[in-house]
Amino acid sequence: MTTVANDPNADLRVIGKSLPRVDAAGKLIGLTAYADDIELPGTLYCKLLRSHLPHARVLSVDTSAASAIKGVIAVITGEDIPIKYGIMPTSQDEHALEYEKVRFVGDPVAAVAAVDEETALAACRAIVVEYEPLETVESIEHALLPPSDEPIHDYAGPGNVHRIGALEFGEVDEGFANSSFIREDVFFYEGNTHLPMEQHSATATFVGDQLTLWSSTQDPHYVHRALARVFDMPMGHIRVVAAPHGGGFGGKADPFSHEMAVCKLAMVTGRPVKCTLTREEVFYVHRGRHPVLMWVRTGVSQDGKILAMHFRTALDGGAYGSYGPASMLYTGALQTTTYNIPAYRFEGVRVFTNKAPCGPKRGHGTPQPRFALELHMDKIAEAIGLDPVELRRRNYVKPYTRTINHLRITSCGIEEVTDLVVEASRYHERKKRLGHGMGFAVSSYMSGAGLPIYWNKLPHSECIIQVNRGGVTLYCGATDIGQGSDTVLATVAAEELGLWPTDIRIVSGDTGLTPVDLGSYSSRVTFMAGNAALQAAREMREILVSAVAEKMECSPKDVMVGDGKIGELSFEEAANLAQERHGVLTARGSYTPPREIGGKYKAAGVGPSPAYSYSAAVVDLDADPYSGEIQLNKVWIAHDIGRSINELAVKGQVEGGVYMGLSEAMMEGQLYRHGLHKQPSMLDYKSFTFFEMPEVETFLVETVDLEGPYGAKEAGQGPLLPVIPAVVSAVHDALGVWVDEVPITPDKVMRALDAKAKGREGRYGPKSFPQISYPPIVKVPPFDASSTAF
Amino acid sequence: MLRLPRFSYLRPESVAEAAQILSEYGPRATVVAGGTDLLPKMKRGQIEPEVVVGIGHLPELRQIRATGDGGFEIGACVTLTEVVASSELQAAYRGYTRAAALVSSPALRNSGTIGGNLCVDTRCNYYDESYEWRKALGFCMKKDGNICRVAPASATCRAIASSDTAPAAISMNATVLLVGPKGEREVPVESLYQDDGQFYLTKAADEILVSLKMPSPGAWRSSYVKVRNRGTIDFPLVGAAAALKMNGSVVEDCRIVITAVGPQPLDVSQAARPLLGRPIDDAILEEVATEAAKPARPLDNADISYVWRKRMTRRAIEQAIKEAAEVA
Repeated sequence: MTTVANDPNADLRVIGKSLPRVDAAGKLIGLTAYADDIELPGTLYCKLLRSHLPHARVLSVDTSAASAIKGVIAVITGEDIPIKYGIMPTSQDEHALEYEKVRFVGDPVAAVAAVDEETALAACRAIVVEYEPLETVESIEHALLPPSDEPIHDYAGPGNVHRIGALEFGEVDEGFANSSFIREDVFFYEGNTHLPMEQHSATATFVGDQLTLWSSTQDPHYVHRALARVFDMPMGHIRVVAAPHGGGFGGKADPFSHEMAVCKLAMVTGRPVKCTLTREEVFYVHRGRHPVLMWVRTGVSQDGKILAMHFRTALDGGAYGSYGPASMLYTGALQTTTYNIPAYRFEGVRVFTNKAPCGPKRGHGTPQPRFALELHMDKIAEAIGLDPVELRRRNYVKPYTRTINHLRITSCGIEEVTDLVVEASRYHERKKRLGHGMGFAVSSYMSGAGLPIYWNKLPHSECIIQVNRGGVTLYCGATDIGQGSDTVLATVAAEELGLWPTDIRIVSGDTGLTPVDLGSYSSRVTFMAGNAALQAAREMREILVSAVAEKMECSPKDVMVGDGKIGELSFEEAANLAQERHGVLTARGSYTPPREIGGKYKAAGVGPSPAYSYSAAVVDLDADPYSGEIQLNKVWIAHDIGRSINELAVKGQVEGGVYMGLSEAMMEGQLYRHGLHKQPSMLDYKSFTFFEMPEVETFLVETVDLEGPYGAKEAGQGPLLPVIPAVVSAVHDALGVWVDEVPITPDKVMRALDAKAKGREGRYGPKSFPQISYPPIVKVPPFDASSTAF
Repeated sequence: MLRLPRFSYLRPESVAEAAQILSEYGPRATVVAGGTDLLPKMKRGQIEPEVVVGIGHLPELRQIRATGDGGFEIGACVTLTEVVASSELQAAYRGYTRAAALVSSPALRNSGTIGGNLCVDTRCNYYDESYEWRKALGFCMKKDGNICRVAPASATCRAIASSDTAPAAISMNATVLLVGPKGEREVPVESLYQDDGQFYLTKAADEILVSLKMPSPGAWRSSYVKVRNRGTIDFPLVGAAAALKMNGSVVEDCRIVITAVGPQPLDVSQAARPLLGRPIDDAILEEVATEAAKPARPLDNADISYVWRKRMTRRAIEQAIKEAAEVA
């Protein structure tokens, strides 16, 4: 589509209002049917038998005793679903049920369909699997050593290396040579998980060559493709319906083994088959935040201008590829979207380990380097005697510029978000006293990935609006995972058609009924599906307006749309008038990101986005100089949203991001011991409750992006990013010690305080970054506007 | 979701009948009142009773009664919420009611009982896991196995005493009334526990804890400090109860009981001697707290490092004594 420049002063009726979400009523009264609420007649219940060993060859699987149990209808093993799949074309490395080897505790090896869950569980316990244990790889350092018996996977490499790369933009050595101050730091960010309230659930039916899957998935389209591949079926014979979600956060964005298993079992039994994961299983299917070790070296001029930056990352990917190739590149891609870095070198590696596979969690691959980068900036500021906010301001990117790694920056409210939180929190006026501190950080995030996960030239988002007997239905593949995308689509259509959001019926996230939207990931839905909906709604508006103009014998320009009226007619009268003339009324919209938003080099696909959001946060806390315990007092967050489609929903997203950021900053960790997840339960995996949550003051900045729908950008992920470094920075402000690792638990603070008391460096964190044989650096030539083409 | 295994549920009409059922089924039966400890553990296969005997409905176990000598007898099935709501108990036993208020979350306190909290199972992050998890690692001696996973050289289970109310009750010299097939007996709360995370209660399997008897507080004032990861829900990482017998500003006697630093609550009152016969003094308090924390033996079987938990034991004791001194 052609994008329309947005008018900041446009007179909008519903866009930007704080309205209840269109799905709120159903959720409030408990009528919303989540995936686990779907109960079809004759349903069988599926349980998966999962590996109890972290790494082992599967020698045999004996299901005879399980099959003999009364009430067991079918038992399948890996050989029944032999085709591998994976979310990215380059990592098709998962079997629905493993039959060659298992790679982590929780890797599924068999699936049972039975008359109830209890029987299915008993059958799983009756399956006998013979394993030959292999060496367990539990850490990044271990994974970098040559394997003692065999690598976890038989592709990629060397050893357990999954992806490795090195890129350089600009003249880094020269930048360092010209620097008057150079600093190096090492950081570690522990892995953590999404913890959605809703556990994953899937139900499949297979009727007359038609496979239907209802699932708590964020990306029905990608699951659709994976099913077509695994079952070697035409896409047209498969329908994937994304059920209403109890939270995704990236944890439901891969095709999963339980989805494959219920589909196969439905084919085998001819009955509906359902699988709902236990909470413990959700910790195993995971795909959450990667643990990342980071090393960063930056050179600045006398006046604090960044002249060169060298950033190294090492990601613990867990047992499978998942989104890993993208995750690895994301740890290096967005450093340049907040600071103007004229020379930048990035070296990254992702390794396989025998843990639950990591993938995308809110912020995908960027919270870790953002944490490192922001604290690194604080340390540089301290070393050269500059205020940390001032140092950042001297390096801020400017709107409508191009970064050294070829990313197109458009609207950019980084100065405005900084001003808001710094002033509201009185950051610079804070009184120094032991135990009290404030920390500031800034960040940026994509409003949707510029490229799809698999190479294709099709639109990223498509939408159909149908008007029939006065009723409006909007069909879009976008999936509302709780972020409010149905509300966004309804609000856009309502604005254009002169209606109220609740006047629009939304059919979304159903590959059998809706045109494709790539899914709810990378904060892409408001921007992309919103633009598709806008195009469709404007087309429909023209159809209705022209019918009315013809009847009124006036120019379409003179037909006013609003308050449920089109010209002199009610919306229903106008719709019927148009339908009399044209028959069924449909309008279409689609969105494809512009091509010139990124570079052309290998790996340039990660980072480009049609627009970037900007966030800044200040955290105020008290930290106990004896115990290291932290009491959060308040968080100020400002977010450049471009323009709110629904202000209430945006604030909900922003504050949800703050909550999740604080929780990961202070307590969350996907920890392992003896090859097992240490605490796979919601009591023992610590995350914030309401009780821990401090007051949050939220500010929205509206830069009105030229390409976003009405100027909107993302809100789902960006606001999490600055919170984490701001917490750690505030602890430093309070106690004078650095904890270069999250979560920043009280025992780590205490150890940093101990070190300081003994006259050593008041710091807790990784001592060094491992020696890694990165490949030769690829020097990327400067951006050339004439040569961009995806 | 995790499902409850099959079991028989019996609903006796009296404590005597409940005791009769227990003696009939022996270790195959267990009692349930609030169920907040038992039911999740049954789902994870940590406790596998064939017969569950409901006692929460018995009126005789649901009363708070003034004993006439200034003390109180609290029925075992009085909920934690009810204890917290009792202004009489609050006035007399601030440490105990504070401990009850710090157990878990409001929803669980509405269901959980004071008897259940005194008998709450010891905890360990090698044990509080699903059947499949424990099987994957290899079972531990507390259930299905024969070694202690956190201390493999230990002859006994080192799971953590996790009752918040036990140390507070002990600090007030409370007793519990146990009813079994041979009749009833009253024992100090302290001797309800032993240094073994597996067989952590000295109560026989067929004995029912029917009430907690709190003696008259007299000049004793008390407090309880709980250290935990989050400000709600979590079990203690360290707990310290302190009771002071005051004569004006002078400390006449002091009891200190710590918990969650080993398999049973520990009475460390011996260490309090330097405090006696004088007003509270910060320097002496620090010395006393340091000494009192010495028997704490936290291991790597709870969240946050055991080094930190050990250090926090001293702090919790110090705070508990200070707070007790401030009780009006």
